[in-house]
Formats: sequence, C-alpha cells, structure tokens
Amino acid sequence: MSERGIIAAGIALFLAGAGFPFWHNAFAPPRPLVLRLPEAERQCVAPVAYMRASHGGLLLAWRDRVVRGGERVFTAPDGRVRELSLVRTCLGCHEKTEFCDRCHQYVAIAPDCWNCHADPRRPQ
Amino acid sequence: MKITRQAFLALLAGAARAFGKPRRMAMAIDLTKCWKDRGCTRCAQACHAAHNVPQIPDRRHEIKWIWKERFENAFGEESAGPAVAGAPVPLLCNHCERPACVKVCPTGATWKRESDGLVIMDEHRCIGCRYCMAACPYGSRSFNWSDPRPFLRVIDPAYPTRAKGVVEKCTFCAERLARGGQPACVEVCPPKAMVFGDAADPSSAVAQLLRTRHAFRRKPELGAGPNVFYLL
Repeated sequence: MSERGIIAAGIALFLAGAGFPFWHNAFAPPRPLVLRLPEAERQCVAPVAYMRASHGGLLLAWRDRVVRGGERVFTAPDGRVRELSLVRTCLGCHEKTEFCDRCHQYVAIAPDCWNCHADPRRPQ
Repeated sequence: MKITRQAFLALLAGAARAFGKPRRMAMAIDLTKCWKDRGCTRCAQACHAAHNVPQIPDRRHEIKWIWKERFENAFGEESAGPAVAGAPVPLLCNHCERPACVKVCPTGATWKRESDGLVIMDEHRCIGCRYCMAACPYGSRSFNWSDPRPFLRVIDPAYPTRAKGVVEKCTFCAERLARGGQPACVEVCPPKAMVFGDAADPSSAVAQLLRTRHAFRRKPELGAGPNVFYLL
C-alpha cells in the first residue's frame, strides 16, 4: 500500500518537471517587447504593421531590385526618396543588436544577411 | 493601311536602333604611365579596401579583384620583347563581350548587364560550384574557401563582405558608377594611367584613346572580347 504514495509522488514530480515551461510561462509577468525607436525619424519606409509582418520579404525584394535590376533608390509611401539599402537605410536608424537580433533570437532564426552585411556601428 | 511582314520587321529594327543604344563600359590602361612607378600598388589597395577584399597569406586561398602580373604572364611569352619582359601589368576582370563565366553559371548568379555591358556578380545566388573560375581564361575570379572576415583588418560596412563558399571578382565598381562615380582604381591611380568610360560613345575619352593609341587586349584569339585595353 505504501508504494501508491511513492508512485503518486513520482508522477507529480514528473509532471511538475515536464510541465515546467508551461506553468513557468503561465505565471511569469508579461514581457512586452520594447524596441528602441530612432530619435531623429518618425516614419519607417512602410507602415509598422506591414514592416512587422513582411520586412523579410521587403528586404528580399530590395535585394533583387538593387543587385539584379540595378535600381538604387525608391520613393517611400510618405513621398521621400530613400536608398534601397539594408545598411544605409534600415541600419541608418535601427541598431542590429537591439532591433534585429532581439526578435530573431527570440524566435530562434538566424537570417544569413549578417554573414556578409555589417552593422556600421560595430562592423567587426 | 496594309503593311507587309517585311516592312513591319524593318520598322521594328529601325525602332530598336533609335531607342537607347546600350553603353559599353571599357577601361584603357596606359602602361607607359603605369610603369613610371613599377612598385606602385595603389589601385589594388584602393579596390581591396573599398570592397573588403581580404589579404589571405596562403596563396591557394588568395582573393583578388585587381592585381599585378609580369607582362609575359599576362600576354604570353612570344609577345614579351626585352623592353617589356618582367614589367608589371595590372590585371582585373575584363568584362568580356562574350563572357565564358556567364555561359557556364548554372544559377544565373553572374550575367552581362545589357545597359552598360558590365559582368555582374550576385553573391546571393552563387552556389560555389566554381564553373566560372574554370571557364574564365583570365583568372579573374576568386573563391572563398573560408570565411573572409578573419583576414580583414578593417571592414568597410558600406560594402558587404563575402561569405564562405562564394566566388567573387571585380565589378567595375557598379555601386560607384550608380552614384555617378568612377571605379576606385581609376580614381586613385597617381599617374592617371587608367581611363574608364563608354567605348560605344565616340566622344568619350576611352574611345578616343583606343582610336589614337596602340591598344591591345589579353588573349584576343579566344574571342571573349575583353573590355580592358592596354595602351603602349
């Protein structure tokens, strides 16, 4: 009879351990993703909702326009003419470690942009 | 109005001629000026700094966009008389009229740009098969056997480095031309031995030099049609 208690305790211990990520997250305080925004600029090259969802596709389209098509500038929806450049336009405002890497690490993806392109703030 | 097929085609051909003649960018290197200082490597230094080209000590892994080679190695033993034998000649991608590298590339990572004739390289699409290196008769292409960044003392973030496993070469400074500039080597050359411009435009400096001076190219017998000319 005494084994019932040991088995129950074992199962409880196992569930507590195996379920750790779930209950730990359930009781954790919310962690809002606060990204530092550039001080000098108020407007990104596209609306925020679009950039959040599709910045990867936008960068791939830019890449093809520059490398394959030879285009170097474009007119943003706000009417400003900007350069089609990850380093000069995007990283001109945003810092790689604080802006790009934070989300990419969180969702565990490693875009290979940085194998070749460098953040001007810390190029090495 | 009825138009015959023949007349229509003639009309089409006329229209094609009238609309934008494509430019043909070419470089003329005046060797008499270049040889004023035979030890000068300013063109290679400027190019390699502007494009983050690494200095790799192991020659089997070396990366080069523009470099100097002895005259007889560049043009063949039989063409090197005693006056020129051993003299250093700057070599770079010839941006050929019929580039063999473009023909063999299986992914379209390199191609000849129609608007100005530059042989462009898209490292994003290169799979590192090195067919282009085998095809190029001028040795203008280099392969990244390892990550080049450890071999760069300074990285200029304005131009990307390359990654392990891709081929690279001179691009005639497509990124500088797009901003209205000249190639880095042309700009920096102390005796102004290098002249760059549109060879299809008879009024350009390079076209005038090619008309008035004795100009020759590397391995013309191959029919690749190099666009880098050497003047003597």
